[in-house]
Amino acid sequence: MEAVRATPRLLPVGAQTKPRLSAVDVPKLSMLGLRGITEYDPGEFTFTALAGTPVREIAATLAAQGQYLPFDPMLVDAGSTLGGVVASGLSGPGRLRFGGVRDFILGVRFIDGAGRLLRMGGKVVKNAAGFDLPKFLVGSLGRFGVLAEMTFKVFPRAAASSTLRLTFDSPEAATQAMVEGAKSRWEPQALDLLPDGKSVLLRLSAPETALEALSREILSRWSGVALSNEEAVAVWTGIREFRWAHENGTLIKVPLTATQVPAFHRAMTGVRTHISAGGDVAFVSLAPESNSNGVDAALQQLGLSGLTLRGSAPLWRGSRKNFKIGAAVKHALDPQNRFPSIDD
Amino acid sequence: MTAALQRVAALLPPGRLLAQAQQLAAYESDGLTAFRERPLAVAMPESAEEVIALVRLCHEEGLPFVARGSGTSLSGGSLPVEGGIVIALNRLNRILKLDPAQRIAVVEPGVINTQVTAAAAPHGLHYAPDPSSQSICTIGGNVAFNSGGAHCLKYGMTANHVLGLKAVLANGEVVEWGSASRETVGPDWCGLFTGNEGLFGIALEITLQLLPKAECFHTVLAGYRTLEQAGDTVAAIVASGLLPGAMEIMDALALEAAVAAVHAEYPPGCEAVLIVELEGPREAVAVDRERLDAIITASAPVEARPARDAEERLAIWKGRKSAFSAVGRLSPDFIVQDGVVPRRRLGEALRRIGEMSREAGLRCANVFHAGDGNLHPLILFDGREAGALERAENLAGRILKMCVAMGGSITGEHGIGMEKREYLPEMFSAEEIDCMKRLRAAFDPLGIANPGKMFPGGSAPALQQQGLHPLEKAGIISRE
Repeated sequence: MEAVRATPRLLPVGAQTKPRLSAVDVPKLSMLGLRGITEYDPGEFTFTALAGTPVREIAATLAAQGQYLPFDPMLVDAGSTLGGVVASGLSGPGRLRFGGVRDFILGVRFIDGAGRLLRMGGKVVKNAAGFDLPKFLVGSLGRFGVLAEMTFKVFPRAAASSTLRLTFDSPEAATQAMVEGAKSRWEPQALDLLPDGKSVLLRLSAPETALEALSREILSRWSGVALSNEEAVAVWTGIREFRWAHENGTLIKVPLTATQVPAFHRAMTGVRTHISAGGDVAFVSLAPESNSNGVDAALQQLGLSGLTLRGSAPLWRGSRKNFKIGAAVKHALDPQNRFPSIDD
Repeated sequence: MTAALQRVAALLPPGRLLAQAQQLAAYESDGLTAFRERPLAVAMPESAEEVIALVRLCHEEGLPFVARGSGTSLSGGSLPVEGGIVIALNRLNRILKLDPAQRIAVVEPGVINTQVTAAAAPHGLHYAPDPSSQSICTIGGNVAFNSGGAHCLKYGMTANHVLGLKAVLANGEVVEWGSASRETVGPDWCGLFTGNEGLFGIALEITLQLLPKAECFHTVLAGYRTLEQAGDTVAAIVASGLLPGAMEIMDALALEAAVAAVHAEYPPGCEAVLIVELEGPREAVAVDRERLDAIITASAPVEARPARDAEERLAIWKGRKSAFSAVGRLSPDFIVQDGVVPRRRLGEALRRIGEMSREAGLRCANVFHAGDGNLHPLILFDGREAGALERAENLAGRILKMCVAMGGSITGEHGIGMEKREYLPEMFSAEEIDCMKRLRAAFDPLGIANPGKMFPGGSAPALQQQGLHPLEKAGIISRE
């Protein structure tokens, strides 16, 4: 709080695993020292932790009690922090089943632009008191306040899980399978389309005996194979850490819908794309040195917006709607523009 | 008619602005019948354009307005304000789009909650938030108050299902946030807007996420000698790693009411009934139900009754969802509270509520969402008795303070509204409330959208001493 008050311009940063989000020319306030789980009661399905706590540490603590964050936080091995997860609004493949970061955050303590430490939301799994600023801060890129502490809902992890790798002739057929799978009786936890545009990973979570029957049924519907546990861990870890993406390249997140996926694939030439969460989000990777103008033009044409996570491309790509209320809310939370604008 | 009201009248075709006393009577109150206020007029727009024009006019004239759907708010959220108009949104009741591939529906604010699920059902989909008033409450109201229901632990509240919004803000600006995608970039504006209690503006088009209907359900009703036993069973289920779709508890008084109202049948001699529902693919439910049945057997219930078919399952839920309005049969008046406590303190909270109601000389029935710690104590009183309402309100206030002291919340799903505004400072500091006020001013610089709600202070309309809402008397709505 003192640091915020003492610095007229600043941007809070965590482990900077999505470096483009904080690539603004202002002094950075590192949150890495503010770490630790402050409350965790497995029986409540909630925990509270300081912003700089590495997600890895949280995941391990939860796992020891058979619990997890169902939205599959990304870049865990890379060192991402809980505050970074919230500020970036980045969810992983598991957001398909129970929702993303926004659906599990319950409360925050944050420091606004006037240097006030404020608590919003609550610490219980259900709460409707006051405006839902915790949700607003998901994806806010540190431009409205400094996250200090967050409370999250967690779930028990199912007894077992199984990953199937399904193969198709075209992105169209693969997309159709994701659409069908997402509303099927199997209740898949994750449905991702790999950069080849033809392989779909489907993850099931259920009691062991149920998994066998469900997997058999899915593999009789589409051609594919069940991965061994080691293979499954490796493939999901690779997705979580963006290992399919160009090293040191540009990485852009693009929300979209499954029905847009085939056209999106056709438009994204010369880049690698990974589709996650059943077709609700795409990640586009460009080789180092290549420019993002082609991607930008394609996104504009498709009416999609993109957020650059890594690389030197502009923060916002594609089409973007701006409303006057954005500036008014910014002014309400940060009257002196202590934090950079969301446009930078 | 004031000049401002004449301008409102000129915006709408004849017959769609109600201004006569007998027409306004039905709009004087909502699901919180303790308050009553007559609006200047009630406008009945039929299109988003008309709503936008009305709000812009209110902004120009500084005319207060309250948006209203079916008026089922239990916190007085849709109570009119003195010298203001009501914008009744019931005629904006179209489902604009249903996309089964993307699993979304785009609806107008006046669409009834259950109509969304009805439209989605042929595609094997449903809309998850299920407040007990779902057969009459509107999506616009659900969005304004971030409504809950019986499945919040697993599926969240309304905010977790709103993907996109077109809205007219109180400052006249029309915004479009989110999309048909479940993912977004940038701040979560839909999340901020949902639960604004009508203080930011009016939602015009709402994109809702639909979920696949579970293939299989396993619903068990178990009766217990004591409330503590029921509470302990909930704790045991949670500790086992199961994730039920719903866990609900009703106490003896609530059971008595449900028996009287819908002839529900419960095991005799029970102080509490626990309802637990598992859902999922049939193979998974088959395994999970064995674990659940073992936990319930070990909990020594008076009797456990699994629903054998869909009909028995519906009967269990009918008894549960009717409990609130059914309490009206036990008492001329009642107040329902909506506090939340950490689940581990449920037993303690219920004991304290029992003690406090005995001290106050009032009966209190309990129906609650055990899975998420959301209590609904129903405080029974007779408004004709001098001082009874004040004693009931005093007890309600003590219960809310207890919830906050236990680390919970003053409202799980009903909102602050008119009813709990004086308790907001129990949960938030002056600086935090000031932050909320600054946010509100960003959306509504003139303070014309649902003024007098959420924040403490301000004038309150006359307290009304007794009586159920007319719709409640007819058994159409219930107080949950």
